[in-house]
Amino acid sequence: MNATLMSPRIQALAGQLTERFADSVSLTHGVGEELTLEVSNDRLLDVCVALRDDEAFAFETLIDLCGVDYLAYGQAQWKTDAATSSGFSRGVEARAGGEPTERRFAVVYHLLSVSKNQRLRLKTFAPDAEPPVVASVIGIWPSANWYEREAFDLFGVLFDGHPDLRRILTDYGFVGHPFRKDFPLIGNVEVRYDPDKGRVVYQPVTIEPRTLVARVIRDDGPQRPSDGGEHG
Amino acid sequence: MAELQNFTLNFGPQHPAAHGVLRLVLEMEGEVISKADPHVGLLHRGTEKLAEDKPFNQSIGYMDRLDYVSMMCNEHGYVLAIEKLLGVVPPVRAQYIRVMFDEITRILNHLMWLGAHGLDIGAMTMFLYCFREREDLMDCYEAVSGTRMHATYYRPGGVYRDLPDEMPQYQPSRFRSKNDLARLNAKREGSLLDFIEDFTDRFPACVDEYETLLTDNRIWKQRTVNIGVVSPERAMALGFTGPMLRGSGVVWDLRKKQPYEVYDQLEFDLPIGVNGDCYDRYLVRVEELRQSNRIIRQCVHWLRENPGPVIIDDHKIVSPTRVEMKDDMESLIHHFKLYTEGYCVPEGEVYAAVEHPKGEFGVYLISDGANKPYRLKIRAPGFAHLSALDEMVCGHMLADVVAVIGTQDIVFGEVDR
Repeated sequence: MNATLMSPRIQALAGQLTERFADSVSLTHGVGEELTLEVSNDRLLDVCVALRDDEAFAFETLIDLCGVDYLAYGQAQWKTDAATSSGFSRGVEARAGGEPTERRFAVVYHLLSVSKNQRLRLKTFAPDAEPPVVASVIGIWPSANWYEREAFDLFGVLFDGHPDLRRILTDYGFVGHPFRKDFPLIGNVEVRYDPDKGRVVYQPVTIEPRTLVARVIRDDGPQRPSDGGEHG
Repeated sequence: MAELQNFTLNFGPQHPAAHGVLRLVLEMEGEVISKADPHVGLLHRGTEKLAEDKPFNQSIGYMDRLDYVSMMCNEHGYVLAIEKLLGVVPPVRAQYIRVMFDEITRILNHLMWLGAHGLDIGAMTMFLYCFREREDLMDCYEAVSGTRMHATYYRPGGVYRDLPDEMPQYQPSRFRSKNDLARLNAKREGSLLDFIEDFTDRFPACVDEYETLLTDNRIWKQRTVNIGVVSPERAMALGFTGPMLRGSGVVWDLRKKQPYEVYDQLEFDLPIGVNGDCYDRYLVRVEELRQSNRIIRQCVHWLRENPGPVIIDDHKIVSPTRVEMKDDMESLIHHFKLYTEGYCVPEGEVYAAVEHPKGEFGVYLISDGANKPYRLKIRAPGFAHLSALDEMVCGHMLADVVAVIGTQDIVFGEVDR
């Protein structure tokens, strides 16, 4: 954490957070005025209640909740430092990263305090099991309802305690969780009208996956002077 | 006599008052709603997943297509997030242009909302009035970006190009008389800024016209007053932002509270509601039309007097011009790399939010140092608002559902993403 770059207000908030939750969380300071609080799964609800109800925090609003799949984090399709002699591929080989990593699924909460005019990012990693399960915060912030349904739909994260965990964005009867990194961009099925059956039918996709621009990671790109945020 | 039972009513997805593709499953007791279950996702395109497979700049155009009635504000949220990670600050002139177009977009959005909301609950004329003024603002979009809607005008580091010195004019055709042509082109003799300034002169009178039709209209008030009341505490708990939150009496606007770009140097007031019903939200949005007009005027005056660059001069992020490219080897390389591979963004995560016409539009961006986002999450204001629909319509009549959908200013491009 780089304390010198923080404004006094954020510094005060960071201080209060460390003081209050020192035993159970880790606090990181990202770009600008952004604070990220990483909390273990079993302490999530306690911390959330405290963040909402404590005078010093007063995070009345859950502005956003989303899932993140860290399966392919930091994996490039081109090795830019070694390819000068060997040449570049088309980048179309199936992406590596089939190995389930530890700490694969995270749920990220963005909190906003209207009264204190401050924001906080809260992050928790689901235990390494399939399906990943995280406690629901719907009893603390009712706006979590649809956000948790969305994270369940797209990432397959289950929210323990959610009263109505249905799919929300994908089709009725959809199979799989499309925002997982091992779900192909082109999908698995396509629909077409079958004139014989007289209805729309599902069939396996008939198009090939393709890469228009390979994913590369270059260190010599534009660099920010401050240190970056960390991946958990 | 048989006992009356609750029955289920399917509303949409093909219904003119559903504002796109909303399917509502309503449980009714007679004509009173006891439960509303919105089914969304019929317009889900997987914008976030698509963006994860493209270099950063290629996704700007997707942002226009999220909330397709406030295009540039969506772009703004996205480029702000990238700029925050890159650590670049656009030139002041670009910031003023962005603010000016954000406010033009706000007027576009609110006019669309006012026209559609009016049409939904019986004020046919509003639609025609509002679209008259929208047309001029669409022309501003076209003048600056070449398209009337999906502009792709904001870029990380500034805006694509400077404001044009000439406003495009209507061309003669056999469908237009000479007089018509002269009338249509009368405002278009000067630059884009002249045209916008002329618009801001005319516009307050137009808002007066809308208000004459609606504000004291007995039917309008019967349809909106005390409908869909939300208390301030509840509004915050439900994740409301923007006019939905201000209509409930909470003083909250990112332009004032967490200013971005040059909003802290501009003068404008925040309209706040009292009762948190549909009528107050109507009043808030109408006043925002006037305030946006005020902001645009200030931007026009500043932009007239302060020429300068509109995009940063860092060719690791921003492409060199074509002229430079033809003349200079290094520029050619930069141009080639930027358009084939894009730029890599330092590892990290940011959340950037703008005061979108509908509320807080946030972009949560995780980068692992690659030329594509690792994860992009778009926080659409309409998503949180629509999730509270059940609570807002319970106990109201069927016809009030339409008023509540209207007051939430729902657009499915952003709800479904």
